[in-house]
Amino acid sequence: MSTPDPVAPTAPAFSLDGIDVPFTAGETILEASRRAGRYIPHLCWHPDFHPQGSCRVCTVKVKGRTGAACTLQAAPGAVVESNTDELNGQRKTLLQMLFVEGNHFCPSCEKSGNCLLQATAYEMGMQDVLFEEFYPRRPIDASHPDILLDFNRCILCELCVRASDVVDGKNIFAIAGHGIGTHLVVNSESGKLGDTDMALADRAASICPVGVILPKRRGFVIPIGERRYDPHSAADTATQEAS
Amino acid sequence: MLIEPTTVSLRNTFQRNAVELILSTRQRDPHSLVQVLREVQALHTWLSRETLAYVARELGLTLAHVEGVATFYRFLHTAPVGEYRILFSDNITDRMLGSADLMAQLCKVLGVERGQMRADGRVSVDFCSCTGLCDQGPALLVNHAQIVTGLDAARVEEMAKLIEAHVPATEWPSEWSRVNDNIGRADVLLAERSQPGAAISAALALGVAGFMREMRLSNLRGRGGAGFVTAKKWELCASAAGAAHYLVCNADEGEPGTFKDRLLLSHDPDMVFEGMTLGALAIGARHGLMYLRGEYRYLLDPLCAVLDRRRGQRLLGKSIQGHDGFDFDIDIHVGAGAYVCGEESSLIESLEGKRGTPRIRPPFPAEHGYLGQPTAVDNVETLCAATHVALRGGAWWAAIGTPKSTGTSLHSVSGDCDHPGVYEYPMGTSVDRILEDCGARDTQAVQVGGPSGKCLSAMEFGRRIGFEDVPSAGAFMVFDRSRDMFEVAHNYAGFFAEESCGFCTPCRVGTALVLKGMDKLASGRGSRRDVDLLSGIDTLMHDTTHCGLGGSACNALHDTIIKFRPAYERRLKSLHFEPAFDLDAELATSRRLTGRNDPAAHLEPAQ
Repeated sequence: MSTPDPVAPTAPAFSLDGIDVPFTAGETILEASRRAGRYIPHLCWHPDFHPQGSCRVCTVKVKGRTGAACTLQAAPGAVVESNTDELNGQRKTLLQMLFVEGNHFCPSCEKSGNCLLQATAYEMGMQDVLFEEFYPRRPIDASHPDILLDFNRCILCELCVRASDVVDGKNIFAIAGHGIGTHLVVNSESGKLGDTDMALADRAASICPVGVILPKRRGFVIPIGERRYDPHSAADTATQEAS
Repeated sequence: MLIEPTTVSLRNTFQRNAVELILSTRQRDPHSLVQVLREVQALHTWLSRETLAYVARELGLTLAHVEGVATFYRFLHTAPVGEYRILFSDNITDRMLGSADLMAQLCKVLGVERGQMRADGRVSVDFCSCTGLCDQGPALLVNHAQIVTGLDAARVEEMAKLIEAHVPATEWPSEWSRVNDNIGRADVLLAERSQPGAAISAALALGVAGFMREMRLSNLRGRGGAGFVTAKKWELCASAAGAAHYLVCNADEGEPGTFKDRLLLSHDPDMVFEGMTLGALAIGARHGLMYLRGEYRYLLDPLCAVLDRRRGQRLLGKSIQGHDGFDFDIDIHVGAGAYVCGEESSLIESLEGKRGTPRIRPPFPAEHGYLGQPTAVDNVETLCAATHVALRGGAWWAAIGTPKSTGTSLHSVSGDCDHPGVYEYPMGTSVDRILEDCGARDTQAVQVGGPSGKCLSAMEFGRRIGFEDVPSAGAFMVFDRSRDMFEVAHNYAGFFAEESCGFCTPCRVGTALVLKGMDKLASGRGSRRDVDLLSGIDTLMHDTTHCGLGGSACNALHDTIIKFRPAYERRLKSLHFEPAFDLDAELATSRRLTGRNDPAAHLEPAQ
């Protein structure tokens, strides 16, 4: 666990599951909690990017009202509930929804062990998918020489969209469609990644929390058992996100 | 013979010039993307990838962004569709009037499958969400620009002939497109048509501070559903810092069963524009935008004509009514088929040419709205009400209705009653009274406020419409005892699955799961566990969705499961567990391959 940054003793604080979390003005509940080494499960949030609030896994309760911890501003004296049976149960259901929406076959996925979705599901005690699977047809895109896109595992966190825009300045990804048909698209006339200037060194190439954006020819370089979430769990703040 | 479907050809000089005209009229502003796509598509049925790429280049946007926007809106097509695009309104009230059979009839006569383009590219037929013509349905939309009301078998037969004869939709019998006002009861707003300029004069005489005092006194609350106090919204917006302030009229009346704004926009558009002008005066806006839902595209030309007339009357433009410094004008933005855009922050995203995804709030539009500037978004009816506050005073308005719900409100009454139409009552009127006036008999349930509102059963008809009891955004759908309330909830489940914007997990997946669950129950393969699962999704969506649409998407499901549980239970094959698939039917392939059909080759005795 990383050492929390020092915060002045007079800093305002809110309570997270009964323990005070100091914060600085403008911070969200999730940001401050993370800095304090506390775990609020999340998928679409990443410390390096603006919050987007779409996965809803970080939903917490403040004064009986629910909201996403990644977008709720921290307020002095607020009483925040997060690690409760009720909220963890809802998180589990949200994860189950994501699992049935796409095609997630962990045993055959090269991201297994490095996947935040999988690790968070373990953390929330998910043992089945509850709902009937959708089994959508989502062809993979292997057109790029160094990067594979396997859309079957996309959870629409938009981290690649944000990374490619904000860090890489390339705007290679965007979201298209609506409802259950919402999907990730690639910015080229052909719609193929091979026709973009995406490079392995791009931030977008390593930001995917699941197994959509994968470097080619490196599939099992790190053996199972030594992957990110083998020695750690999603709850370890130092190793939560992909990069 | 398969004919290549037509689309805008950029190699065709004439069409290229037409696209160029659209782009230059819109000054190549990337914020006008939705309008540009609508108008370019109107040139020729659908938007090819080549067209999207061209538009992207010309507006300085990425192709992926343009693709994302084009595929977000239901009325924009990125795959070939027929030269005639026929969309049947799919609200439950249209269904109750026989729309499904009429669509089947049209498909059969034309030889086309629902949702498919006919091989010769002539026609495609599908459903769309409610067209807001429930008082004169079944209704349909032709080429996203024209409507046909009062459908019956004869009209459908004739329509098929006109399509086969290649008669342009604009030359179809004009009485087919007639929309009746159907005013069932008039009170303050509908009593008489407004006098253009009268409310502006009254407000100018009071001065901005004086007018705002009357607005505060009136305690008028927004009619779009949330019920925020209008004066408060305007004050917040007026005091917010910004380079410009915007007044937006939310005419994206997408809640199924709601058509009161349609009436106001067609019956008395001056009152709406006058209300916008008052809002502009209150917040200091020079620019107003009306977001007109795509289904009401047919109202665009008449509305623009009214705007032009008002400019001539010095009720819009520079120095309104000769008042120096009071400059205000209005543009109309036409939606492209997206219910979620009725949510004010999605609406603003759409106005900015983007996907209509609700924003993270706060900041609220009053401080950070259109183009990041302070923006007041008000419902059509709210703005109309403001004109009466200006004319007759806040105290007078507040004396109507109840203390917490002042004034009158409009109800779009449809379904099982003798006189569907728009009924205006003081706030606090009981459901009973409305049922009696509209000629409803043997009523089983009323869906107040649309699918996202409340479903009331007969024992609740004494309840009153108002913020303190049953709030309503204007829909009032009546169901008599012959109706199956499960089918009502099933129809609404389809609506929300179709209209979810897809942004957040619980709504995107939840609405799809609810529809699958309801389909399963409808097919007689459900169990009590399925009903419990549906209730669980309802709770989850209430607690975790990003916006109010998702939060209320299961309201009808919730209410009907509690109040009309037998409608669900009689569909359950067993009260315990049933698989989603038919185990015996799954063996059909094996039986065919082995040539067997004896009783032992079946799990259950053949029917």
